[in-house]
Amino acid sequence: MTDKQILPSGHPRIDSLEMRGIVKRFPGVLANDHVNFDVRAGEVHALLGENGAGKSTLMKQLYGLYHPDEGQIIFDGEPRVIHSPKDAIQLGIGMIHQHFMLVDSLTVAENVALGLPSTRGMMTDIDRVTKRICELAEVYGLDVEPDAYIWQLSVGQQQKVEIIKALYRGAALLILDEPTAVLTPQEVDDFFVTLTQMAKDGHALIFISHKLHEVMAFTHRVTVLRDGKNVGTVNTVDTNKNLLAEMMVGRPLNFIRNYKTIECGKPRLKVENLSALSDRGVPALKNVSFEVCAGEVLGLAGVSGNGQPELAQVIAGLRPSTSGKIMIDDETLTGSTPMQVIEKGVAYIPEKRNVDGLIKEFSVSENLILRDLDREFYSKNAFLNMNNIAKRSADLVKTFNVKTPSIDTPIKSLSGGNAQKVILAREISRQPRVLIAAQPTRGVDIGATEYIHERIIEQRETGTATLLISEDLDEIFALSDRIAVIFHGEIMGVVDRKDATLQSIGLMMAGEQPPETQAAE
Amino acid sequence: MLADLFTGSVLIGLLASGIRLATPYLYAAIGETFGQRSGVLNLGVDGIMLMGAFSAFYVVFKTGDLVGGVLLAMLVGLLMGLAMAFISVTLNAEQGISGIGVYLFGLGMSDLLFQKLINNVQTVSGFPVAPIPFLSEIPVIGQIFFTHNVLVYGAYLLVPIAWFVLNKTTLGLKIKAVGENPEAADTLGVSVAKIRYLTVSMGGLLSGVAGASLSIALLNVFQFNLTNGLGFIAIALVYFGGWRPTWVLMGSLIFSFVNALQIWVQVVGIPIPSDIAVMTPYILTIVVLVISAQRVRPPSALSKTYERLE
Ligand SMILES: Nc1ncnc2c1ncn2[C@@H]1O[C@H](COP(=O)(O)OP(=O)(O)OP(=O)(O)O)[C@@H](O)[C@H]1O
Ligand SMILES: [Mg+2]
Repeated sequence: MTDKQILPSGHPRIDSLEMRGIVKRFPGVLANDHVNFDVRAGEVHALLGENGAGKSTLMKQLYGLYHPDEGQIIFDGEPRVIHSPKDAIQLGIGMIHQHFMLVDSLTVAENVALGLPSTRGMMTDIDRVTKRICELAEVYGLDVEPDAYIWQLSVGQQQKVEIIKALYRGAALLILDEPTAVLTPQEVDDFFVTLTQMAKDGHALIFISHKLHEVMAFTHRVTVLRDGKNVGTVNTVDTNKNLLAEMMVGRPLNFIRNYKTIECGKPRLKVENLSALSDRGVPALKNVSFEVCAGEVLGLAGVSGNGQPELAQVIAGLRPSTSGKIMIDDETLTGSTPMQVIEKGVAYIPEKRNVDGLIKEFSVSENLILRDLDREFYSKNAFLNMNNIAKRSADLVKTFNVKTPSIDTPIKSLSGGNAQKVILAREISRQPRVLIAAQPTRGVDIGATEYIHERIIEQRETGTATLLISEDLDEIFALSDRIAVIFHGEIMGVVDRKDATLQSIGLMMAGEQPPETQAAE
Repeated sequence: MLADLFTGSVLIGLLASGIRLATPYLYAAIGETFGQRSGVLNLGVDGIMLMGAFSAFYVVFKTGDLVGGVLLAMLVGLLMGLAMAFISVTLNAEQGISGIGVYLFGLGMSDLLFQKLINNVQTVSGFPVAPIPFLSEIPVIGQIFFTHNVLVYGAYLLVPIAWFVLNKTTLGLKIKAVGENPEAADTLGVSVAKIRYLTVSMGGLLSGVAGASLSIALLNVFQFNLTNGLGFIAIALVYFGGWRPTWVLMGSLIFSFVNALQIWVQVVGIPIPSDIAVMTPYILTIVVLVISAQRVRPPSALSKTYERLE
């Protein structure tokens, strides 16, 4: 105990942590079935598995949120019972949760200070916390504004707040439950620099992700779970992406996609000189214009925080525009209520899906039909047609492979990725005229990603105009017919995918005019 | 004729009584503000007030001990608050229903005790007016603001204290976090149950004082259903005041001033139908607060139980 190395954050390091024979049952689900897992100081250990494999459940037991039905948690050789997150924090465990654990109506600094003792006794010491946040932000290259309210921040920025929260508490062992799902490629690179440094310092890191290239790039060992059971633990250097995918899914996956190009129909979604304000009242969109044809996928690339969520919200009727016009075929959409927008055939997969897209207390089937309640198929004269609802829900759950004990299970007891699939199933299956898909595969496993991509491509054939908003350039390139780039609320240019290179798009994302459009003007 | 009646001294009297009448609303509504900020809607306020009113009255009736009366009202309020917390936090019962249960218990129990222990309407000598030295001698202002009994002063003192606790202390931060996102608070080691127990039992304690302020400071009597729904108005004031102590104060004042005016109008016999007169404070308070408090979102977790879902 005495010769134990103290980490820069002030906590003694945790040399080894072992979870042995962990069993955790939920009603109708065996989430963890005698799982073994261990992590050492200085190591990044990846935890992989499909949606619902039991990764978050395992980690929540380490963080004291759930308690194992069987099994032991062993800290530096000593068995410990972790009763609550408070115990975990004291032991030096930090967790960045899959869903943001932030209080929207409080500021960044207040969120960080929450639950910590203050140097001013009963009074908060927000000034001191603010200073320390700025220090940490500088050391780890995480720019956040301590005075901003959480509701004003983009998802990417909120993620940084989560990281700062854990760093501030000086965790020696850090659990990262899909931390990169919402970061841009550049942010991910910076993030890995931070994490690698932390591991070198002697932190133990547990890293959950669905992105295999990340796992390959910077972890030391990988443990794979399937259906709550260990599939195996391997050294990262001894494996590769395909092997890992096979371990997860239990079958080889098809990474290469080929699809035929479709003749572009008439312009279906037209956006003309659209401007709008952000939550903070500053211009978020400046004279945005573009068209999406029937049967076309327009990819909107851009670094997070450049107006993407605002654009999606304006089209969906959830945010007023200050000027400009939106048209679907020949109908004006500008100024419509969200309900009218739905009725005109727009489907919307929101970026902040946990907040905007689902009602957590409602069941899977209720969430699945939420948008179409008024359709005669589901309800007649104000009475719900339970039979049809159940049939349809069961279908969707099956085709989208949503792992749930039943269609009557409330959304809040689904795994993160499975909850996402519910929204995707609902929106994509509505056969919309226009599909606005914001980060559609964020947080879903590789099997489901494959499936969603296939469905988006399929939609083109039925004449849907798709606006695909994504920070994942691989995804943009894989699915788009044309690529638009947004920077500081302006469209920098629109290029055909066959003329685009990662380099040219990357430059535009950083705010440089593409040579083609300059020539055209 | 109206001008003759409405003299300067009448106006001063009205304002002073408005200040005084706001007392029970303030205690109850500030207490309820804490509970609701932490996510618990306690509809039992009125019942707790009745029990507080009776306990205080009984002590004063038997012993004349005013401070003892207030202390017992606090204790009884605290216990009923704890009961509400136990039902809604530990047992995770539907908050609206548990609150109504607490209300009905208070309504019935206070009457039962009254029947058994006192049985007929009596008066006591309650808290005497305690003019604040010097300040009370300022013309007009002194009479309006500084010539009241201690429970009145206490109620107004509570407002800045509540503001301070909510906005400047670590406890306030925890309360707000628990009311907005209990899950997030939980992951940071903040015990949702502890915070809710604390706010709800403090709310109960303050409701007890609110009741005492009626029975041994303002009216100095006890009878069946003495509060006459006052506790429910206090809850409404919390909503219309946007869960902020300063706005709750505004609401309580508007309500009480108009109420004082309405009572005066009826006493001097100005011919306005009494139903309408009685209604005005309610309507006016709602209108003023709805217009002035820009739309404030209620705490996101208000009236939702929290479980870790294990
Ligand atoms: N609180 C709960 N109540 C009931 N069932 C639950 C609860 N939490 C998780 N489950 C179930 O346990 C299983 C494992 O869920 P878990 O969240 O651990 O998955 P995961 O591996 O983290 O998946 P994802 O990649 O989608 O986040 C799922 O089938 C889920 O429905
Ligand atoms: Mg998970």
